[in-house]
Parts: sequence; structure tokens; C-alpha cells
Amino acid sequence: MYQYDTYDQTLVNERVAQFKDQTQRYLAGDLSEDEYRPLRLQNGVYIQRHAPMLRVAIPYGMLSARQLRTLAHIATTYDKGYAHFTTRQNVQFNWIPLEKIPQVLDELAQVEMHAIQTSGNCIRNTTTDQFAGIAADEVADPRPWCELIRQWSTLHPEFAFLPRKFKIAVNGAKQDRAAVQVHDIGLELVQGAQGLAFKVWVGGGLGRTPLIADVICEALPWQHLITYLEAILRVYNQYGRRDNKYKARIKILVKALGVDTFRARVEQEWQELKDGPSTLTEQAVTYAARFFHEPARTQGVDTQAFEQARAQNKAFSRFVTNNVQAHKVSGYAAVTLSLKHPSHAPGDINTQQMTLVADLAESYSLGELRVSHNQNLVLADVRLDQLFELWQILDQHQLASPTVGTLQDIICCPGGDFCNLANAKSIPIAQAIQAKIDDLDYVYDLGPLDLNISGCMNACGHHHIGHIGILGVDKKGQEFYQISLGGRSGNQANIGKILGPSFAQEAIPEVIAKLLAVYVAQRHPEETFVDTYHRIGAKPFKEGVYA
Amino acid sequence: MPKIIRDGQIVEDAWIRVCADANQPDTQDSQAYLLPLHAWLEESAHPLRAPWLASDTELTDALAASLMQAPLIGIDFPDFNDGRGYTLARQLRTRYQYQGEIRALGDVLQDQLFYMQRVGFNAFALRADKDLQAALQALKPFSVCYQAASDQALPLFIQRAQGA
Ligand code: SF4
Repeated sequence: MYQYDTYDQTLVNERVAQFKDQTQRYLAGDLSEDEYRPLRLQNGVYIQRHAPMLRVAIPYGMLSARQLRTLAHIATTYDKGYAHFTTRQNVQFNWIPLEKIPQVLDELAQVEMHAIQTSGNCIRNTTTDQFAGIAADEVADPRPWCELIRQWSTLHPEFAFLPRKFKIAVNGAKQDRAAVQVHDIGLELVQGAQGLAFKVWVGGGLGRTPLIADVICEALPWQHLITYLEAILRVYNQYGRRDNKYKARIKILVKALGVDTFRARVEQEWQELKDGPSTLTEQAVTYAARFFHEPARTQGVDTQAFEQARAQNKAFSRFVTNNVQAHKVSGYAAVTLSLKHPSHAPGDINTQQMTLVADLAESYSLGELRVSHNQNLVLADVRLDQLFELWQILDQHQLASPTVGTLQDIICCPGGDFCNLANAKSIPIAQAIQAKIDDLDYVYDLGPLDLNISGCMNACGHHHIGHIGILGVDKKGQEFYQISLGGRSGNQANIGKILGPSFAQEAIPEVIAKLLAVYVAQRHPEETFVDTYHRIGAKPFKEGVYA
Repeated sequence: MPKIIRDGQIVEDAWIRVCADANQPDTQDSQAYLLPLHAWLEESAHPLRAPWLASDTELTDALAASLMQAPLIGIDFPDFNDGRGYTLARQLRTRYQYQGEIRALGDVLQDQLFYMQRVGFNAFALRADKDLQAALQALKPFSVCYQAASDQALPLFIQRAQGA
């Protein structure tokens, strides 16, 4: 993975010093609340229900064992012994007092981590496919490009005060695992006429006005990536709405102008930037790519014992079917560690687990791991002859729930238990559904199912693109939940449709059970929930729950 | 005389800013005024008249051509969260190669000066209640920058690759 040189390290150190000073001035009353707010936000600090929340960046989801150990140390020393992984591949702490945050940033800087631009109206952490670099369906590894974007966007002087937050995702594979169509900018690596290129999507996003992105460029030659991004951001910075924060995202601008006019403005701006100093060169890309070289892997791993264990051990076999993904190198696999054990909130991990996972990453997977936007962790380079042993350890520590991609693998934002903006709690809903529908055979029979929960319109739990989406709403001071169906992420991204009137918290598990019963009754052989929904429409589901 | 930061120093400044909604000011010929753009365009040949741009100014080629003769160009930050002024300054410096003073006006605070100087501002009229000396110290909190900008010809990713 990427390693800091003295430039990166100096910058992060200087940022820590700067924020220390800003926080001191705020605590001394020299900076007003309003003046301090964007400064702390751009350093990942929110003021939340209990204490400030600190969001730490995990650039494109890549984490080293050493970094994870530091996160564990921070969780023990400054927090309550756990951390929360988010749908944007970042990690959050909920209980660190403001005065301690500069100190925490100092500790993070020592392991090449920071909280720069994890919040605020600026370019956020760039996200990508959790299987980057090892997926068999990859056109090119997206990570060198993510790293170049990370550098370009970090403390960009022109774009620190955008109309609203700005999220970029990059996907390098045939299958879109980075949700490029629901980002402000989505970049899809494609093989163009003159080599590698980017299909550029713009104006997607969830939140209050969920929209699927438009394509603004079919094949942008790679040399122009940065200058083209700069042109888009410049048009947005100038013309994005600043009078109403609910209309300030780039998607509203793209819709208001129409994608063709928007493209024309970008092209016009780009004429000036194109071929300028920020044009990428072969050397610059090679330089970035050398951090993501193919590691030394063992040839001809003997998989006989693995096959045998799989045939004999039902629990292991379930794990392999659900949590183990194919690797482009035979004899290897990517293993998803589920953070969806019913005993804790989705995406949460405690200190012991973090330390253990760090050890396992070192013993079994090149010392690295990835955070997925489904809020799980991935060991991406596990030898098949070591998989059984690894699974046994994971299982002992509640990290082997064999339910990745199923109904139990719920995506869920922190919601009303932690978040100030929430209309309703989301974690108890996830846990109640997990408890209600917990028969594994039934869960497997239901097949792939994305169930996503957000505690408010901000949609951090991506409810719009869940096959089943649940949104917390406020009804005269009471917590209610609206259900939407038919959402999808990936290449056929689609925004779900609201089913009907919302439900009280207690009713939700039963409602979900009824929706699933409709599916089971109506499905064709091998048909997934979401496909059945799109074939038969909302009506039978409505009848199932409202009758 | 009020003080501003210009070219890294605290200096006295004689320019009087005229607000957009002020009635036609009672200007004196020998006094220097920073006028709202529309008022300045009326007397742009006067050496003691300079324009300031609102953050929503549409910088067309025609406008830029007139601005090139201005002795200085002010850019207003109605609120420090309004980032449009950064793009205006950058366009004036890089697209139109304006060589004169570009001054940040309005809600100008110490913690934004670093970004401002990177996009091409070289003068800062800080908000009246702010400490100029402290701001001057904070002008360059970073010794490393990733991007190409007014103060750096090449982005770091190109510099590194050339050095490697
Ligand atoms: S969706 Fe709403 S409640 Fe959930 S984390 Fe985001 S802002 Fe908070």
C-alpha cells in the first residue's frame, strides 16, 4: 500500500500543529463557534450527541496492521474500547473529548493517518472497490489513481470552501463495487481507443434528492484525469448553489443546467487546464503504481486439505460460500470478516477484535486489510491452505458470521444513538431484524439481499440503493420508519421506491418478514429479491404488509 | 490609516472601500477608492480607482480585458465559507495573467490566508476585529503542497516523478 515519504509526513505533521493551534484559539475564545466549525469539520470533528465524533480517513479503504493497532490503542486510551467503520470506508470514534483530539491526531500521524477532509464542504476521502488489485474482473487497479486523487484533493487551495461536500469514487473492475453512479463524481476505468481511460459520471448522490449520475465523458484519456477533475470542481465551485444547503450538491447543478450544458461549461474550463502542469505523465503514474505492485505470492498452493475441510465441515463451508471471494491468483482468496455479528452494532469493532485482526492480517494476508463500503473488513490475500485455520480463529472472536451479502449483512448508519442529525435510531432496528430472521437456512434461501438503514434523509446508510431500504422519519416527535424497495447499487444502480405509509419501530421486523414472504411466494427459480420486485412491482408487496 | 497584509508584510493602506449599496459616493479626486465593479467601470481610467468583485461575478473575457488595467483588484468574501473568490483569483492570475495586486476583502480570517495566497491573492484586508500580527505568522502553516498553484509551478506528483 501507499507509504508516506517526507513530503506526506511533513504535511500531516504540519496539519496536526495547525489544528492544535486552532483548537487552542477556539478554547481560549479567540475563534468563534462559527469560525471554528469548518476548521474542525475539515479535520473530521463533529459535535455529536455525547461528545465530539472524530472521523479518521482510510484512503480508499486500505489499512495496514500497524495502523489498525493504533486505532485499537486510540479506542482503548481515548474512547470506550471500540470504533465504527462507515459506508465511506472511514472509521469513527464517538467519545473522544475535544481537548484530546489534537493528541489523537498526533498519534495517528505517527502511523501515516489523519482526519483531513473527512467532513466539511470539501473533497472527501476517495473510495473504491474493496477487492481492488485482486479482483479477476479488473480492467486496471484503481488504487494508484485513487492515491493521485488523494494528493490532488488534499488541502486543495481552490476547493476548500465548496457549496457542499464532494465525494469521488473510482472503480477499476467490470462489476461496479464502488457505487460510482451515486457519487458526485464516479470514475470507471475503461480500455479506451488510446489505452486506459476513465468513464466519468457526475451528479449522482443519495441524501434528500437521490439521483443516479449522468455520464459526462465516455473515455477520458488517463493523462487528463486531474485537469478534468479540476475543471468539474471549478464549475461547481462557481455555479453550485450556496443559498440553500439542501440544493447545494453538484447533482442539483447538473440537473438545473442539464448535463449537456454542464458538460459544455466543464469543457470550456478544461481548455485552459488541459495539458497544463497537472497533466499526468507516465512517470508520475508509475511512481504512484509502485506502491501497489503485485506482492510475492506462493505458486501452486496445495488446496486439497481446504477442499476436504469444506466438504466435511458445514459451518466452514457456509463461510467459504458467503465470505470468501475469488482471487485473480489461483490458490488465494479474499476473505470478508463480517462486522455484522448480532451482538454489536453493524460496522462496530472492539479493541480486542482490532488487535486480533491486525495480527491475522500479518500472519495470513501480507499485513494489510481493507474496509468495505458494506462496513466489513477484508483480508485480500489469504492462501487457501491457511483458510481453515484462519476461519477457526475468526469464529472464536465473532468475526466469522457467514452472512456476507445476505439479509444479515445489514448496512446501517449510527443513527439516533449517536448522531445529532438523526430522526430515529437505526442500530436497534438492524438488531431486531437480525434477531427476527436468523435461521441461516432461510437467510441463504433468500439469496443476495441488501438491506440498508439510515436514521435520516442524509442517507449515510445508503437506504436508497438497498433492495430493501429503511429510513428513519420523524412523525410528530415519534420515531417512524419508511420502507423503500427495489434500490440497487453497482452497474445497474437504481433508487428504491417508497412502499407506502411508515411504520412504528416495533412493527418493522414483522413488516420485513412479510415482504420476504411475498418474495418467497412469488419468485421464479433462481430469481433474487430485487429482480422479483422489478418483475412484479410494488403491489403484491403492498398487499402483503398493508392488508 | 488602516493596515493590511501585502506581500507578507503589514503595511498602511490608503484605499477606501465603497460598498455596493452605498449611494454614489462623494469621491475626492486625490483619494484612492475601491469601488464596486459597476461603478469602477464608469471611471476605470482613473489611477486612484480600483474595482472589487462580488463573489458571484461572472468573469468573462470582456470583463477580464477591462480589469487588466486596474491598479489592484479586490475580491469580496461576503462570508468566509463562500469559496467562489478562490476561483476568481485563480482565473485572474493563471488564465488572464493579471500581475497587479489581488486583495481579499470582507470576511477574511487568518485560517484561510494560506489557501488565498496559494490561488494568487497577495494582499489581505482582514476583518477589523482580527489580529494582523497573528495572521501574518499563520500565512504559511504548510511547507509542502501537493497541487500546482500560483506559488508552485508543478504538482508534487510530477516533481516526485522527475526526482525519482
Ligand atoms: S443518515 Fe442521518 S442519522 Fe444516520 S449517520 Fe447520517 S446523518 Fe446521522
